[in-house]
Amino acid sequence: MEAAWFAPRRMGGACAWIVRRCNTCIAHGEAAVALEKLVFPADMVLPSDTGMVQDVQQRVLADLEALQVSERDLFSVKLALEEALVNAMKHGNQLDRSKNVRVSYFIQDDTFYIRIMDEGEGFDPDDVPDPTLEENLERACGRGLMLMRHYMNEVRFLDRGNIVVMCRKCSRNGTYEK
Amino acid sequence: MSSQPRRRRLEVEDIGDVTYVKFTDSKILDEANIQQIGEQLYSLVDDASRRKILLDFSKVEYLSSAFLGKLVTLNKKLQGVQGRLALCNITHKDIFDIFVITGLKRVFNIYQDEQEALQSF
Repeated sequence: MEAAWFAPRRMGGACAWIVRRCNTCIAHGEAAVALEKLVFPADMVLPSDTGMVQDVQQRVLADLEALQVSERDLFSVKLALEEALVNAMKHGNQLDRSKNVRVSYFIQDDTFYIRIMDEGEGFDPDDVPDPTLEENLERACGRGLMLMRHYMNEVRFLDRGNIVVMCRKCSRNGTYEK
Repeated sequence: MSSQPRRRRLEVEDIGDVTYVKFTDSKILDEANIQQIGEQLYSLVDDASRRKILLDFSKVEYLSSAFLGKLVTLNKKLQGVQGRLALCNITHKDIFDIFVITGLKRVFNIYQDEQEALQSF
């Protein structure tokens, strides 16, 4: 199924101010206070089919490659994106194809921002056990969230936990690397 | 799409009593691919009764947590039948980092190359 895609590439006004503020916070190592207040472009609407994940990854990575961001950034965004999309489709929407996942992203001042929403019941991220603890090391699942947190600068769950907003400051010349 | 045809995703070779497995995909990512790879790996233990398995990651440039879950399950299956799993040639730094970040470096027997790994069995 083709994904609907209407995302405008540019923003203005208050939204741009929030993004600048957010970038400033990231650059100074502060919490990205405005992440939950960002205004995103129109959503790409996907069915809950994990076969769609690659399509989204290719689209996002093409935009980042056009900016000549580092290989490390491309790998990081790709992995975090996959983990978040699979979580939304599998755990959020229970792979029910009648339920959609909505994706919206933009890149501003070398920072990549993405929001992913599912129609599931949500969850409390604090309830997810730490997969690196000895007693959890041999569990078959539970590593996606920690990989998202590792590879992005900021990961925030909103609403009932069915919306995730993430960002990563990318580098074009290796001056910034997480 | 997830309805892609089933194909062989592993190259399997016997070296003594060790089953040496190379992944044919450089990017182990799609959910359907991961399911197939998992089934083919489990089948080595469940159907072909292999007990010593060495996985070669030299071609692997990308993987996700879903694949890590398959590896954890394979490791447990082998442990359950007094078998052993080893990993080698994790040459891409990003891939090795994933094993470190998730703590799985402590769970798996990871070796520099296949010679070192084969000697460990």
